[in-house]
Amino acid sequence: MIVFIAKRLTFGLFVLITLSLFVFFLFFVAPGDPARVVAGDKAPEAQLQQVRENLGLDRPMPEQYLRFVTRAAQGDLGFSYRNRQPVTDLIVRRIPVTVSLVFGGVLFWLSLGVPIGIISARNPGTWKDRLGQVFILLGLSFPTFVLGMLALYTLYFLPRTAGFTLFPPGGYAPLLDNPLKWAWHLALPWATLALVVAAIYARLTRGQLLQVLGEDYIRTARAKGLTERRVVYRHGMRATLTPLVTQLGADIAVLLGGVIVIEQVYGLQGVGALAVQAVQNQDRPIIIGVVMLGGLFIVTTNLIVDLLYAALDPRVR
Amino acid sequence: MPLIEARNITIRIPTEDGVVHAARDLSFTVEAGSLFGIAGESGSGKSVLIQAIMGLLPQAEIEGECLFQGQDLLAMTQQELRALRGRHIGMVFQDPLSSLHPYYSIGRQITEVIHTHESVSKDEARRRAADMLEKVGIEDAVARLNDFPHQFSGGMRQRVMIAMALVLQPPLIFADEPTTALDVTVQAQIMDLLKRMSDELGVTIVMITHDLGLLSSVADRVMILYAGHRLEFGPAASVFGTPAHPYTQGLLLSSPGISGPDEALVSIPGRPPSLLATPRGCIFAPRCGQVQEICKTPPPIRRYADGAEALCHFEPEARGPNDDVAIAHTAPAPGTAPLVSIRNLHMTYRIATGFGRKRDLDVIKGIDLDVIRGETLGLVGESGCGKSTLARIVAGLTPATGGQVNFDGTEVSDLTGREWRDLRKRVQIVFQDPYGSLNPRRRVGSIIGAPLKIHGLAQGAALKDEVRRLMGLVGLNPEHYNRFPNEFSGGQRQRIGIARALALKPDLMIFDEPVSALDVSIQAQILNLIKELQAELNLTSLFISHDLTVVRHMCDRIAVMNMGRIIELEEADAIFANPREEYTRTLLAASHVPPRPVEPDHRQLIASEPQQGAM
Repeated sequence: MIVFIAKRLTFGLFVLITLSLFVFFLFFVAPGDPARVVAGDKAPEAQLQQVRENLGLDRPMPEQYLRFVTRAAQGDLGFSYRNRQPVTDLIVRRIPVTVSLVFGGVLFWLSLGVPIGIISARNPGTWKDRLGQVFILLGLSFPTFVLGMLALYTLYFLPRTAGFTLFPPGGYAPLLDNPLKWAWHLALPWATLALVVAAIYARLTRGQLLQVLGEDYIRTARAKGLTERRVVYRHGMRATLTPLVTQLGADIAVLLGGVIVIEQVYGLQGVGALAVQAVQNQDRPIIIGVVMLGGLFIVTTNLIVDLLYAALDPRVR
Repeated sequence: MPLIEARNITIRIPTEDGVVHAARDLSFTVEAGSLFGIAGESGSGKSVLIQAIMGLLPQAEIEGECLFQGQDLLAMTQQELRALRGRHIGMVFQDPLSSLHPYYSIGRQITEVIHTHESVSKDEARRRAADMLEKVGIEDAVARLNDFPHQFSGGMRQRVMIAMALVLQPPLIFADEPTTALDVTVQAQIMDLLKRMSDELGVTIVMITHDLGLLSSVADRVMILYAGHRLEFGPAASVFGTPAHPYTQGLLLSSPGISGPDEALVSIPGRPPSLLATPRGCIFAPRCGQVQEICKTPPPIRRYADGAEALCHFEPEARGPNDDVAIAHTAPAPGTAPLVSIRNLHMTYRIATGFGRKRDLDVIKGIDLDVIRGETLGLVGESGCGKSTLARIVAGLTPATGGQVNFDGTEVSDLTGREWRDLRKRVQIVFQDPYGSLNPRRRVGSIIGAPLKIHGLAQGAALKDEVRRLMGLVGLNPEHYNRFPNEFSGGQRQRIGIARALALKPDLMIFDEPVSALDVSIQAQILNLIKELQAELNLTSLFISHDLTVVRHMCDRIAVMNMGRIIELEEADAIFANPREEYTRTLLAASHVPPRPVEPDHRQLIASEPQQGAM
């Protein structure tokens, strides 16, 4: 077990290093002069040269990379080209927003998608199943921004013109200041995220559970005289958990790296919004920082998923 | 009073293709304390019957009545049935690996039955579970309660399954092919256990099986099903001794153990009918060797004085073994040079266990073997003994980790890529599973012709002609050239596999369990075909099987494998007459051959009445 974790951590580190090399190299060969981004378009050549020296941009690439890695290992991701703030601070400040959005979303989409999947799988081919399928199709085919705008229009704009406020148009209130306000602000983003992602979970749950319910051990469970409820939830869902956990791990990891569209629609200053701004500003240290953060999330969630796997499936132990 | 009295059960299952008539007018009685056998080939409706009775097939429409201790199971609500399941009627299924929940410990799975039907404390339930596990022969039962199904061997798992079915001491157990997925020696142990439990606990057992040999050795009464019809019913002694239906007779005669090695097997021609159609006359008429004009009308049930009942117009004539001329396959003369010569062969797999740990698994531990030109060498052993691995190494599909394989004078391990290709041309395999080993998206013609194409031996019209010739050779209709594998039955698919293997005129044919996935009547057809081809084409073959009777029928010499070694290698007859090794004796003792049916002497017909519900 410990050997396994150690191995996986080493492997994760290797992934992160490869990722950093890749990103770094990409920016090194990309067109555009970072010094000009920092100093401004009209800066004279001498000043540009000065900036390059200050940032170490005149050094050979391997040296620049080594310096970056040593600092990054200590939690220092450099400074933003635009406003000279430390990249680490910028990112850390935005993580609570994205984390709140993602984990709230997880709760919503699981409690929406999984039950729909179960109902569909228990009544295949009936109107309940068809309704579930329609939901899945809508969820999968609606672009996130359309759904977000639609929610804003019906739940914020329309009530607002009628003279009362149902939900805020967006923004973020820290959880620790006022939990209620936090949830109120995030309700629409959560709902939007949940509607989009729940469809995937409904489809996954339906497919997996249908398959599991056809297994021999389900017949055994029925032959033991168990109630249908117990057969479905204790025996059926138990075996469906593993693929759900895998999917959940991957989704959480990707979303933690930035929920770009939803953060934009609701004006949330999360990691995704930061990434978008950084790209527009050609602010390389931030872009690299966000990419590395995403990589870190993916590596850790994968490890957690694998450990959960062992906890869930005795055959893996 | 009988424990079960089933009257005129008819089961229909609506499907997308139409209504499947899974059972028609089945009546039978099961006496308390007896072992009742339901026998039939796949598709005969035997599993559907008990599952439908137990309410486990909600989509099935079921008519008639089935009295269990005086109550009609078919009239019960789901709730009433549920209270009965597990408590009064236990069930044991075929494959103990897939029938036990992989994520729960066996202790939890057994105590769950107790908790569902009785309110007892957790400790009490665990104690009872451990007691029952001990009874069925699981050592150290208390500790093993916490183990998961995958930590048990196949036979042990089936014991767990039986313990689970018996833990509330129900008066009745339905056992659906309880030994089919197990090795022969384990089969015998499980059968003994079921018999012992039946005696000790007074449990009545209804056992479903396709294995007539096994059934003939244990059952008190049997029912023979065919396409949902009860063709024969009665005391085991009379059904197996003097079968009153031509189908029963045919089934018994097609078991390879009955015929001598030089006799062709009696096969039942054709294949079972579709359950979608409604037959006009006798359901078995299209395949019956004794069919007459009257068989187009529904047959009566003929009752005999010895208790046997048969759904047939006639009392069947006794039939001997196949009247066909025995196919003379001559074993090679002693001293003939070997085609394949294997020396000190080793095979070690590196397998990953949980969390990336690896360990070595020795599958083949030093084998010396010669396959002599012109002979059929049988390789027999239980699952995991390494027989299939050996075949794959000889065919050049897997490199061995040690030792030499010499094929017709060349050392296989020294071969270059090009020479490998040539070797593959000379060795061909017929695989076990005729469903999984044919690509469902390719036409039969292209499957059979593929080897010729790959090796550049034929193309265009010549290729097509050759494929048609091969199809004819194995008894397929050459006009079905453009069909897909799913349009063929299991037996026909295996013919396709054989044709494909023959395409390159290989020096060595390897048959890897070629008939183990087939029903006995179809199995006889394929075995006959293989024998004919062997004699006609003078094939050298390596014939792998877990079934001793099949190997004996097919082979000149037999090698018995156990745990990666060949423990005994002898002429086929010598091994049967005089086995030297203990393991061989165990194998022999465990394989059941049904008795050769004899002509009934003074069989007295007491009634012949039309079947109810017949048109």
